[in-house]
Amino acid sequence: MTDSELALKAVALRQRMLRLIHDAGAGHTGGGLSCLDILNVLYNRILRVTPETADDPRRDRYVQSKGHCVEALYAVMADRGYFPDAALDTVGHYQSYYVGHPTRKVRGMEMNTGALGHGLPICLGLALAARMDATGARIFTLLGDGELAEGSNWEAAMAAAHYQLDNLVAILDHNTLQITGRTRDVMSNEPLADKWRAFGWEVRPVDGHDYAALTAALTAPPPAGKPLFILANTVKGKGVSFMENVGKWHHGVPSDAELATALAELAAAGKKLSEAQA
Amino acid sequence: MFTPAAQAMIGQLGLKKGRANLEEFADTLLALATADRNIIAVTSDSRGSGKLAPYGKALPQQIIEVGIAEQNLVGLTAGLAASGKKAFGVSPACFLTARSLEQIKNDVCYSNVPGVLVGISAGVSYGALGSTHHSLHDLAALRAIHNLTIIVPADNFETREAVRFAASATRPVYLRFGKSAMFDLHPAGTKFEAGRAIPLREGRDVAFLATGETVVHALLAAAHLTGQGISARVLSLPTVKPLDTAAVLAAGRECRAVVTVEEHMVHGGLGEAVASTLLEAGLHPKFKIAGLPDEDTVTGAQADIFRHYGISMEGLSATARELLGS
Ligand SMILES: [Mg+2]
Repeated sequence: MTDSELALKAVALRQRMLRLIHDAGAGHTGGGLSCLDILNVLYNRILRVTPETADDPRRDRYVQSKGHCVEALYAVMADRGYFPDAALDTVGHYQSYYVGHPTRKVRGMEMNTGALGHGLPICLGLALAARMDATGARIFTLLGDGELAEGSNWEAAMAAAHYQLDNLVAILDHNTLQITGRTRDVMSNEPLADKWRAFGWEVRPVDGHDYAALTAALTAPPPAGKPLFILANTVKGKGVSFMENVGKWHHGVPSDAELATALAELAAAGKKLSEAQA
Repeated sequence: MFTPAAQAMIGQLGLKKGRANLEEFADTLLALATADRNIIAVTSDSRGSGKLAPYGKALPQQIIEVGIAEQNLVGLTAGLAASGKKAFGVSPACFLTARSLEQIKNDVCYSNVPGVLVGISAGVSYGALGSTHHSLHDLAALRAIHNLTIIVPADNFETREAVRFAASATRPVYLRFGKSAMFDLHPAGTKFEAGRAIPLREGRDVAFLATGETVVHALLAAAHLTGQGISARVLSLPTVKPLDTAAVLAAGRECRAVVTVEEHMVHGGLGEAVASTLLEAGLHPKFKIAGLPDEDTVTGAQADIFRHYGISMEGLSATARELLGS
């Protein structure tokens, strides 16, 4: 899949995610839009796992530490064929398997996440096991920038370097916002690149909406023995003008009118992309 | 540790002293792991206190040290378990079940991976080190989490069997071990089954339902009461969850009084589990939870603390007599 094909797919995925959140009446809109391009690249280019190999012990694994942005993940995984798109119409419904955070009852979900600061420690275990069994698998997690205030991340950051887990990749959805406001105002965590480097990681800052850049950063192996930290600079609410960088869209749910506006805006962007491709 | 009268009773019952359950755990795990390279121990600067130094020497590829970082210990253990490893996360019970409670709840139990959590030096094993190092909350906290089998062995036999069970379990397990040398309580040929109580003594007046390192004291009290014409039953309940409700209900039906005994606060542990089981079945024998009261725990060694709160042959005998009005 070319970069422009991925970009076109992202339009449809954003639309699907917004419809899902609108219909469910709940969801994490802004963060979903900020990490969607990352998930799109992961699932359609990077991860060596498919719906058919979702139980293969040698598969690559992805654990979404920022579990609240599950709607973006649902949209990407449904598109990839892990479950029928119709399943997304049941998200949050009484007795549905499709919960507001990832759970293993959904095919292809590796772990139940949603409490922050859990994904990276879990991925250490997955990465160590992959190394013990010489599966060659890579282990990926997605962190939020607000999430980095959780101390467990730093316990795991230390241990990942100690164990030289160069099969481990942590991607930061660096959208600089969290539920209360700007992360720098809530609990400043910069300089992030320096911190992760100081913890012994290979750090790659990248535009988190640039397919070529994301692909390159995720593909090139890190120096031997170094875990890889992708500092993906993103825009919260990316792709919908009135949602971009607006705090209330952290878990704002679009009204009927807002949904229509957003879908139309995305459709127009998609049309432009198609025309440019043709 | 024991009064002269209790020591005399130990002699009378012919109880042989084994070793600390922690040591039995470590040797059992080493034996299992030697035969199965998928068994991995995870420690948080705790291999010494977990008696796992020989394990670490013998099987350096099957032990992972995380440093003093219990949250990482449990998350990492869950990740190993999700990858088909039989991972044993070993850390002092006080830290393991408080600081990393959320990792136990979500990463292990909710995600339903077959991780084993081993709380070492549990209860008041650390004695005079004080309440930072005591785990008197762990059974209460963990009982309230779905999808976790909780086992508190009383002696070396129960320990061995519990470790074997955990190594082959397909769901999360919590094991809880103390540091004191334990008396062997069970005759050869005793059957251990997770979720089942093990009868130690028959009796009809009072039943002691005990778990972990308190069981020996209940057994001594029962023998002591027999000498006073009181017939006392003793059940060892290594599995606190799921509770052996059949054994509990039989005790409540057949005995006039029930005394539960545990190295845990009286809230939320074995005693309240037994109480709700009895009440929901419409049974209401005279009832007492022997454990640590809801107060600042007295300073002392484990033996001092047990004696202070009546977890002793004399204390438990008195509790039973009081309930029976004799
Ligand atoms: Mg953020």
